[in-house]
Amino acid sequence: MQVILEQLINGLTIGSFYALIALGYSMVYGVLKLINFAHGDLFTFGSYLGYTVLVFGAAFLTAHFGLWGAFVVATGVAALSIACVGVVMERIAYRPVYRAGRLPAVVSALGASIFLQNAIMVIWGPRFQAYPSEFIPDAKVMLGDIRISLLQVIILAMSFLLMGLLYFIVQKTTFGAAIRATAHDRKTASLMGININKVIFFVFTLGPALGALTGVMVGMYYRQISFTMGWNYGLKAFTASVLGGIGNIPGAMVGGLILGVLEMLGAAYISAAWKDVFVFVILILVLIFRPTGILGEKTAEKV
Amino acid sequence: MAPLLDIDGLCVSYGAIQALADVSVHLDQGEIVTVLGANGAGKSTLLQAVSGLVPIGKGSVVFGGEAMNRVPPYDIVRRGISLSPEGRRVFPTLTVEENLNLGAYTRREKKAQVRGAKERVFLLFPILKERCRQLAGTLSGGEQQMLAIGRALMSAPKVLLLDEPSLGLAPILVKQIFDIVSEINGQGTTILLVEQNAQKALRIASRGYVLENGRIVASGPCSELKADRKIQEAYLGGSALKARTNPS
Repeated sequence: MQVILEQLINGLTIGSFYALIALGYSMVYGVLKLINFAHGDLFTFGSYLGYTVLVFGAAFLTAHFGLWGAFVVATGVAALSIACVGVVMERIAYRPVYRAGRLPAVVSALGASIFLQNAIMVIWGPRFQAYPSEFIPDAKVMLGDIRISLLQVIILAMSFLLMGLLYFIVQKTTFGAAIRATAHDRKTASLMGININKVIFFVFTLGPALGALTGVMVGMYYRQISFTMGWNYGLKAFTASVLGGIGNIPGAMVGGLILGVLEMLGAAYISAAWKDVFVFVILILVLIFRPTGILGEKTAEKV
Repeated sequence: MAPLLDIDGLCVSYGAIQALADVSVHLDQGEIVTVLGANGAGKSTLLQAVSGLVPIGKGSVVFGGEAMNRVPPYDIVRRGISLSPEGRRVFPTLTVEENLNLGAYTRREKKAQVRGAKERVFLLFPILKERCRQLAGTLSGGEQQMLAIGRALMSAPKVLLLDEPSLGLAPILVKQIFDIVSEINGQGTTILLVEQNAQKALRIASRGYVLENGRIVASGPCSELKADRKIQEAYLGGSALKARTNPS
């Protein structure tokens, strides 16, 4: 029982990584009907930025902000910078090709992905980089019989806080309704007085910022990062958003968490070597049997 | 007095196809003006051009003395022109109330005004109040049309553009919708009504224009249009013929 619960918490931890990255895919897809293949690389980019802040700012940060302050500064810098990168990327790689249809935009997204990945490699080198361990809390917390690391508690708390916040914005505020309306019918949304460019700006800042934040958390959790990791995380997060129903924001959260837990349980009880297989089997099954995903649109439209 | 909305020499093209050619329409404060025409005559294009949804090739749209040609759609709503689009276009996955709130998006900061506008819409369409928390996609066609009109009213427009509000509705609902359109006009909103149901439209409007292949071919007070033999044949008498050629 104890082992199951621990695996469950491990699953929720990586599941919340997938969920946070999946939100970026889903928000952009919802509004632009574009799969932003470069999103995984924005996540990597954020992870490296956090790494750089921690490594080069080590003495300064701990002196001025303390251990926790350093964590906050690293995630903050990564999130803000990657939000800017996201906006610039939208201007350069996507905006010029929107009118050309969906396929050119996908090609452009793949191009942006390759560009970012190589840029990261050129800047930080092709080898693995290790997150400085002196910044990573290694305390353990006892939850009844279960032992989990303090870092996991922080990661889970932060992820759920962010997801809760985003859920509130999207489902409960008028601006959130504007985002959902834009996702459904852009032309009619503009008739409501919604500035579509503002909505696009919002999804291209918040999505990448969440990705970058996740990148820093992944770096702290696994301690090492590589310039290619965005591909794997990106693909799994994409699977998560399809599982939850692409374009659907609560769906991305649910899909990510379910995927993480399934992957962990599969790795623990079937075979760790096959854990990626479980993920993609799920993707295939969802695409065959429920292409709209768990929370995909169900409402029939009257014509 | 200068007209409230003055469309002058409007030309709109979709690629090589000219949808509107030299169309001039004006609305005076407080009027209902109708634009009649068959499918594909350019009626919807006219409303979309005024709303900023399709780019204007030549000509001008002047509203309250200001040129609107290059104003983006979201700003046109803010200035007081609101469109209830053809086919209703409610947001099916949002609730009725969320749909209405979005209608007031341009003044979402002013909570009291939004509430007031919603009350006004509920007075016109009591059914919407009952359906408030329901998803708009679950409403019947007539209810969706009411929601589309109500949503367009939420921005408290000076000019309301209505694109085929009677399309696909049962006769009893058509009558109800037209009655409400008159009522909205009576409360002080100027209305540009695009319709295929010429009979009903000419009854509530004061003036009308007839659009054929993107050109205005006739215009004048409704009483004159009703008496015009050619219009009688094409738009008023030939309802059986129209039913066959326009299966929608």
